[in-house]
Amino acid sequence: MKALTVFLDGLISRNPTFVLILGMCPTLGTTSSALTGFSMGVATLFVLALSNMAISALKNVVPEKVRIPAFIVVIASFVTVLQMLMQAYLPALYTTLGIFIPLIVVNCILLGRAEAFASKNSVGLSLADGLGVGLGFTLALTLLGSVREFLGAGSIFGEQVYPEEFGALVFILAPGAFIVLGLLIALFNRLTAKPE
Amino acid sequence: MLEYLAIIFTAIVVNNIVFAQFLGICPFIGVSKNLESAYGMGAAVAFVMAIATAVTWLLQTYVLVPLGVEFIQTIAFILVIAILVQMLEIIMKKTTPGLYASLGVYLPLITTNCAVLGVAIMVTQKGMNFPQSIVYAVATAAGFALALTIFAGIRTQLELNEGMPRAMRGVPIALIVAGLLAMAFMGFAGF
Repeated sequence: MKALTVFLDGLISRNPTFVLILGMCPTLGTTSSALTGFSMGVATLFVLALSNMAISALKNVVPEKVRIPAFIVVIASFVTVLQMLMQAYLPALYTTLGIFIPLIVVNCILLGRAEAFASKNSVGLSLADGLGVGLGFTLALTLLGSVREFLGAGSIFGEQVYPEEFGALVFILAPGAFIVLGLLIALFNRLTAKPE
Repeated sequence: MLEYLAIIFTAIVVNNIVFAQFLGICPFIGVSKNLESAYGMGAAVAFVMAIATAVTWLLQTYVLVPLGVEFIQTIAFILVIAILVQMLEIIMKKTTPGLYASLGVYLPLITTNCAVLGVAIMVTQKGMNFPQSIVYAVATAAGFALALTIFAGIRTQLELNEGMPRAMRGVPIALIVAGLLAMAFMGFAGF
């Protein structure tokens, strides 16, 4: 039961993108379409779930003073595993996401969850937290990618909704990323605001 | 000479690290509330990026490639950057306390600045030689400092606007301003 609460917390009330404003670089850099946003989210989810479990399992072994470097090594190892798996099985996607895959190492969400949650809780709960936060991140990236792809190219996940010629290219280019994310965060603030 | 000018111009304005490549967004949003901290962060990033790129380039060329272990690049680079930042902090504290007082508080934040690791990885991917890498790193950092300074200047003005809807305050409006700046920077790329 507690695992479910932890999972839902990560998904909504502590959503990494809309509430905590963490991991902005991949959020902006990989969401030019719904599919790339979704893929980046899943890649981060994979590393986050595994690193949370590993760090939680190691919490009594790692000395307090060197815990941050130790966490970084654990995270970097799983990122390397991911890089090798993607190069072997999904080379096209690996090229599209490019530099943002190795940069999962410095995504503040991962180190943040390791320090704030996994280093204090059991393996099971840490997995639930990793899945919740990772899924919250995936949802946010997919949403941002869908909105940008819809406004910019008239399609969602490659399904044409209206002719591509009517799309505003700027939403697929860099400025669109900042503007759409700003508006989505404002909308999230508005919807979750408590009435005065 | 012309080749270096092209690298410098591209890295500062055409392919600006913040507005075109989306790296280093966290300090860009977090440390841009006033101009003074924007200068400090800009200088600290330039310093670390130049040294980190030099060290990781040497590591890649003389250790990882000859041993055939390029696949541990991510782990090796992040460890080197983390150690380097720690060492810089200690050295600066002992030798140049004045510089440490102005840049010191920004140093720990730089380990997780994805622009530093990003540039280190990019120069190896682009196959740049040693002087090219250093020029590229310094120019990229200058582009970062330029973006941060312009953005901080605008944000101090935004703080004065009291009529703004509550949901838009803080990060949302900052992101929209960044979007408009990105549009302006696209002019350099010829759109």
